[in-house]
Amino acid sequence: MDIDLMMRVYPFFLTAAWVTVQLSVYTALLGLACGALGASMRLSRHALLRFIGAAYVSVFRGTPALIQLFILYFGGPQIGIQLTAFEAGVIGLGVNIGAYMTETIRGSIIAIDKGQREAARTLGMSGWQTMRKVILPQSARLMIRPLGVNINALIKGTALVAAISVVELTYTAQRYIGSTYKPFEMFMLSGVLYMVIIYGTGQAIKWLDRKARIV
Amino acid sequence: MGLDFTVVPGYLDFILLGVLWTIAITIGAALLSFFIGIFFAVIALYGPWFIRLPFRAFEWLFMGTPLLLQLFLIYFGLVQIGIDLPAFVAGVIGLGLHFAVYNSELIQTAIIAVDRGQMEAARTLGLSRGQALRKVVVPQAVRDVIPPIGNNMIALLKDSALVSVIGVSELTLSAQRAIGNTYRPFEFYVVAAAFYYLINLGMEWVLRRIERRIQAAR
Repeated sequence: MDIDLMMRVYPFFLTAAWVTVQLSVYTALLGLACGALGASMRLSRHALLRFIGAAYVSVFRGTPALIQLFILYFGGPQIGIQLTAFEAGVIGLGVNIGAYMTETIRGSIIAIDKGQREAARTLGMSGWQTMRKVILPQSARLMIRPLGVNINALIKGTALVAAISVVELTYTAQRYIGSTYKPFEMFMLSGVLYMVIIYGTGQAIKWLDRKARIV
Repeated sequence: MGLDFTVVPGYLDFILLGVLWTIAITIGAALLSFFIGIFFAVIALYGPWFIRLPFRAFEWLFMGTPLLLQLFLIYFGLVQIGIDLPAFVAGVIGLGLHFAVYNSELIQTAIIAVDRGQMEAARTLGLSRGQALRKVVVPQAVRDVIPPIGNNMIALLKDSALVSVIGVSELTLSAQRAIGNTYRPFEFYVVAAAFYYLINLGMEWVLRRIERRIQAAR
């Protein structure tokens, strides 16, 4: 193992890791927004909204994220959408992970006992009040762990934007593998940084989950 | 530049060839990940510590890093140590190993869940530990774990798009080549997405049938 080389190039990997972190944060926020919107459509009273929500989940979970990214970044200009690689990465990955989060959020909402809703409605709360004051506070606790799994997948998924040349960890590793022919060393450097990011996020989610526990 | 899907039919046989390669790589990697997954699970549970510990590290590394990075490592790393594999083989190995780790996690849980009495009974009947695992415990564990492994295999199909970056001429790379000739990215990527969606539907149908057969066999 060429430690000298690793010591020389690691600052570039740190810079790249910061880009990966930024990508992950923006993508997670957009994904949560899409997930909340998607879940409320899937649980809507209107058949059309339900259909749109179901189609969103089916299409975005049924095709590769890489292709979705390519359609947005390379195909976007043809329909008048001009984005930088970073913007396309955040939007493409965010909308993609949003489809998975839609199912997570919907699952935690329907997991709440039916009696809760019935009781709240009997007490004279409106549908929206029931959702906001009774259902959501309970399901929010249930969501933390599975959303954490989505976010873990999302962080690893940010590697895809290397294919549209965003200079993040995987792109940097790929470039240095090309110029130094030391794939193992470059894999170690970027792999350790990925695991630090993923481990840190995992711990944060565990902490949140513990704090949100009632019992 | 507006949209013009009329360029697509001229490349349809080219794209369909890519579809066949995508199906081939998915089946190859799925089989590899299934059998290696069983092997990994048995090692992780019953191997001696000097195998178990490095294996845990390997597992941890593979679950904590992106598949794309692992593909680069396998494709270029094997070249570094003098093994020059065709991109297709490197792709199957990369995808297969990645998903083997995930399958192994599922199979381990299932092996633990198989009643201990099964192992004890098999040993009493005179089977060796290895025989008991191979003929009694693992088959039952695998049967229980087929549905979640099926979900992994659908993820594998979608992730097979990644092997285009190491130069395997599957669906994604075929679309890219057609785009290189026509400068029509939107049209060809949408067509590629549609084909992935169709393959996905086909896979889900097959998996549902398998699940139903398992249910019936129970």
